[in-house]
Amino acid sequence: MEDVRTKQAKDGWNWLWAWANPVKFMALSGKALPWVVGLTVVTLAVGLVWGFFFTPEAINFGSSVKIIYVHVPSAMMAINIWVMMLVASLIWLIRRHHVSALAAKAAALVGVVMTVIALITGAIWGEPMWGTYWAWDPRLTSFLVLFLFYLGYMALWAAIENPDTAADLTSVLAIVGSVFALLSRYAVNFWNQGLHQGASLSLDKEENVADVYWQPLVICLAGFVLLFIALLLVRTRTEVRKRRIHALEMRERMADA
Amino acid sequence: MPDLGKYADAILWSWAATLVLVAAVIAVSWWQSARVKKKLDAAEARRKRS
Repeated sequence: MEDVRTKQAKDGWNWLWAWANPVKFMALSGKALPWVVGLTVVTLAVGLVWGFFFTPEAINFGSSVKIIYVHVPSAMMAINIWVMMLVASLIWLIRRHHVSALAAKAAALVGVVMTVIALITGAIWGEPMWGTYWAWDPRLTSFLVLFLFYLGYMALWAAIENPDTAADLTSVLAIVGSVFALLSRYAVNFWNQGLHQGASLSLDKEENVADVYWQPLVICLAGFVLLFIALLLVRTRTEVRKRRIHALEMRERMADA
Repeated sequence: MPDLGKYADAILWSWAATLVLVAAVIAVSWWQSARVKKKLDAAEARRKRS
């Protein structure tokens, strides 16, 4: 009975591990990509147009509340992309699936761009709200450190020639950097000082912004998640192809020798 | 265009920076994908010939 349950549990995860096989990944992602791109365009268009054109001024923020539709989704993606990289890195370290290591590598550029967007829009929004573009506030500082971790992660991949060694070392860096990814989300909760307010979106309904702002914000957030998935698929497919090119070139060199 | 009042600069700069950076990462990913696909097609063709 125990064995049957274990087998059923394993079968339940088969859909996930199918993505770990490069050939199956290319086939599945090739089919999924047009749908993901289409959904991304529709969701982002609806969310951003709604947020920019059809939201009223807020009591405390005036019309600057419209910055929330680019600042919050990019900040949430910056953190969650690192979490995705952490999970993919752990899968690599434990199960040695190449596609997961390549997916983590592929996600990094999107993550660093999201972090830069969050930092820039936060600074621009901070000036009229707090009277300064930057403060060494716990959340802002941990976000800056997260940005540096992204750069370090990408530099490490670029610096090491052996792809498996690079995947091992960058996976360790992803684990270490996760501390700052979590800090950038929760620092505001356990360090009371600082300018940045608490969560704008939360599973706890009491912490959410008013519905009139929350509804387009959720759509923007879904759009940013879909954009990340679309870019992740495109970029991981590129990394899988690069790996194939490397294998073919090695084979050519061995045949020539 | 909605009336953005005294925050117009902050809003427009934030949105412009976001759209430019998102467009850039899409363009780079697309360009890299096309370049690598072309290179792989050439390598596969060489493999079939030999």
